[in-house]
Amino acid sequence: MSNEHTAGPHSVGRRLIDLVPHIVLIVGVLIFAFPIYVTLIGSTWDAATIGRGSLPMTPGGEAWTNYSQAWSESHGERASYTPVRLMLMNSLIMALSIAVGKIAISILSAYAVAFFRFPLRMVFFWMIFITLMLPVEVRIIPTYKVVADLGMIDSYAGLAIPLIASATATLLFRQFFLTIPDELVEAAKIDGAGPLRFFFDILLPLSKTNIAALFVILFIYGWNQYLWPLLVTNSADMETIVIGITKMIGTGEAANDWNLIMATTVMAMLPPVAVVVFMQRWFIKGLVDSEK
Amino acid sequence: MATVEIKNVRKSYGPVEAIKGIDIAIQDGEFLVLLGPSGCGKSTLLRMVAGLESITGGQVVIGGRVVNDLEPKDRDIAMVFQNYALYPHMSVFDNMAYGLKIRGVDKAEIESRVAKAAEILELGRFLTRRPSQLSGGQRQRVAMGRAIVREPAAFLFDEPLSNLDAKLRTQMRIEIKRLQDRLGITSLYVTHDQVEAMTLADRVLVMNHGVAEQIGTPLEVYQRPASLFVAGFIGSPPMNVLDAVIDPSGQGVMMPGGALLPLARPRPNDANRPVKLGIRPEHLAINEDGLDTSPVLVELVEALGADTVVYGRLPDGEPLLIRMSGLPSCTEGDRLAVAPQPGALHLFDTATGRRLED
Amino acid sequence: MQRRVIFDNKLLPYLLLAPQVAVTLIFFIWPASQAVWQSVHIQDAFGLRSEFVWFENFTAILSDPNYVGTLRITAVFSLSVAVLSMAVALLLAALADAKIKGAAVYKTLLIWPYALAPAVAAVLWMFIFNPEIGSLGRLLNAMGYNWDYRLNGDQALTMVILAASWKQVSYNFIFFLAGLQAIPRSVLEAANIDGAGPVRRFWTITFPLLSPTTFFLLVVDMVYAFCETFGTIHALTHGGPGKATETLIFRVYQDGVVNNDLGASSAQSVLLMVILIVLTTIQFRFVERKVHYS
Ligand SMILES: Nc1ncnc2c1ncn2[C@@H]1O[C@H](COP(=O)(O)OP(=O)(O)OP(=O)(O)O)[C@@H](O)[C@H]1O
Ligand SMILES: [Mg+2]
Repeated sequence: MSNEHTAGPHSVGRRLIDLVPHIVLIVGVLIFAFPIYVTLIGSTWDAATIGRGSLPMTPGGEAWTNYSQAWSESHGERASYTPVRLMLMNSLIMALSIAVGKIAISILSAYAVAFFRFPLRMVFFWMIFITLMLPVEVRIIPTYKVVADLGMIDSYAGLAIPLIASATATLLFRQFFLTIPDELVEAAKIDGAGPLRFFFDILLPLSKTNIAALFVILFIYGWNQYLWPLLVTNSADMETIVIGITKMIGTGEAANDWNLIMATTVMAMLPPVAVVVFMQRWFIKGLVDSEK
Repeated sequence: MATVEIKNVRKSYGPVEAIKGIDIAIQDGEFLVLLGPSGCGKSTLLRMVAGLESITGGQVVIGGRVVNDLEPKDRDIAMVFQNYALYPHMSVFDNMAYGLKIRGVDKAEIESRVAKAAEILELGRFLTRRPSQLSGGQRQRVAMGRAIVREPAAFLFDEPLSNLDAKLRTQMRIEIKRLQDRLGITSLYVTHDQVEAMTLADRVLVMNHGVAEQIGTPLEVYQRPASLFVAGFIGSPPMNVLDAVIDPSGQGVMMPGGALLPLARPRPNDANRPVKLGIRPEHLAINEDGLDTSPVLVELVEALGADTVVYGRLPDGEPLLIRMSGLPSCTEGDRLAVAPQPGALHLFDTATGRRLED
Repeated sequence: MQRRVIFDNKLLPYLLLAPQVAVTLIFFIWPASQAVWQSVHIQDAFGLRSEFVWFENFTAILSDPNYVGTLRITAVFSLSVAVLSMAVALLLAALADAKIKGAAVYKTLLIWPYALAPAVAAVLWMFIFNPEIGSLGRLLNAMGYNWDYRLNGDQALTMVILAASWKQVSYNFIFFLAGLQAIPRSVLEAANIDGAGPVRRFWTITFPLLSPTTFFLLVVDMVYAFCETFGTIHALTHGGPGKATETLIFRVYQDGVVNNDLGASSAQSVLLMVILIVLTTIQFRFVERKVHYS
């Protein structure tokens, strides 16, 4: 912007004005990064340093001890915990089952609704649609009762299955299916493809981008579940990592294994943040498309 | 290779009858063009042959087999669509091979058939590309390749050239003609472009509002249109149609202005009968004698280079088009005496619009 | 809307729908109707008999001053979260959308907090604002400000609002950015030629054109604040001190799980569903209209 042409008294002021957006954005970035930085630093110090409230702004030497202890051991200085290794596994299984399950059952039902005509079609469509209005949180207690009656407490099935009905994903796929040209379907019919062949050979490959995009946001949705796993898991072996952290913190007294908590927090953030950063394109597409 | 017979085929969408009973037997290896204005039911008829649309009444017979209740895949036909309908995620090779794979043709056979089709269509260099990496004309060729490799009993084309620009369309038209001559596969070809119809067809079926107005060779359709509709649809600029009356002796036909045009074959039985008189613009000539003709007032002259179109008006106000070869020999405001070439008069019934046969 | 070209098959569509329908029936429709049923019944102490009581459960909770307080807190909380997170997001999006160097980098650095669970976001805030171990928490106290969100209700509410908004900014940022990018450049250029400066351009052109996005986000953020922030509150304050940060969802959890009072929690669930259905219906009606006019 500012070059030889805008020389004179103007250019300095002009340059400062050009800087304002950068300054605001950098402040924004810092506000979002600061807590993470503190946590990263904290995870490299010992519990006492953190507990005294005198955490330095530079890394300490306890990183290996903290991470390896949190990763595999079931107790710290002051209490016993579920090892991160196990909790990560639980979170991973839950997030993957929810993401894959939601995509699978949604794409099948969207296929049925978009490509077939049958009695009660709209009834089913509206039934799925209604689920969009009721997040699990608002019907949590009765849903919990159903899961308890089915004996699914403390199981992966109980963690995932009640969450995999998805109106959003169904609507998204249906929307996409409606854009597939009729002639493409007819060409496939003439080539001899029946409905299942068409689904697997043509529709599924064409839906790749949509599947990838949905997968990213559904994985994060699943990973970040809180109230539901809090209710349906009692055994420490079934704890997900997000729940695990708040259990470790308890009432937040100063005398806590803060070093382990911070290491655990870092490990809890890593998978979903990695997914967002490395699959940014899919992530944004999934987020924006699924809200259309 | 096979014959395709369409026997009194009908199609209704609810109360609306889109096809009102069409009959035609297409010979083995024949190229039949379905021609008609938009919405006349060409695609519907073709899609009933393909099995993409259910048949409300009548029969479709392919190779001697009634196919009414067969799925498209069991009818032994291949189809080329206007928008190509290529599978976007498959390579050119896979697009062509897909139908064969589903039918369980063995790999070596698939490869040799695709290779052969690719050679015919000059697609050899593109076999590994995706459709999105091809030009419109190349995509069109892949769509044809997909039909060819199947070696079907019949090809069905639904306006395959409509998405191409004018120059490419002409080029592909010639290619399709060559291809069909070479392969000799029975073909049904839908278009609303009369030039395509005239150049490609062995026979043309002219459709209007779900009925066959005329079935005949391109020349028959041009020279002896069976109805006012065909007369107006085929030929460019369109045929002049005037209200006229057969003279009392049946020897000629009287124009509104009073001029008498002699008939090639007298119609004594039709004496004094009002008729619609059709004369093609290219069959009108300036009459040097000025005898028995009406003076035409020239309103507009379009010089197209090779020929000239004159927009004129008869004394009673009827418009009249005249097409002459060469450069214009008149200008606006001139009065011309014009007369039709002998034997170039078409007579139609005023009520039904059907041709009055000689 | 329906495709013209379809497949003919009698059984297959039902098989394809079966999993989704089964899950919906068992885990959505059935429990939701259970909640409705329970909300108009009262069970005896042993859970053996239940009596139909019309709207008694509803009048009971709505006349409970505690519940009304919870409603008020929920309203304050949700609106604050929505407004705060949208304002910050809009500011950042407007700046990052402009043609400045490194816009892509800023975007990446601003969207990742979306990946954090609300509870984890709350924990991060605790690491900083805890009056004993948090650097800023201690700093506040050292400056003579009596900061302890575990004892002071207003401070607790501020804390959960900030933590919940902090996490939602990235979501709003992404949508504002998408909305901004959908505004035709030519409109802004026309305003520029008409002589409007950047700030004026923003308020008279950009902001009105963004209103569909803004409205959409308002609803989404309210729903987020109603439901997902359970984790934030559970991790930070457990609804306390007292009931200073108890939102509707938290109270449902308290009554249903901790106190095991099914009638009361069902009536609350039903109220929540009504609120949610109203919110989403407004949103759909609005989205439909938007689709109509564009
Ligand atoms: N699914 C349908 N439901 C109701 N009417 C239909 C349907 N499909 C076609 N029609 C009607 O049937 C008639 C014939 O349609 P068709 O597509 O065969 O026309 P066409 O001759 O191919 O025209 P074009 O040159 O525009 O492709 C039209 O009047 C159309 O409106
Ligand atoms: Mg058509």
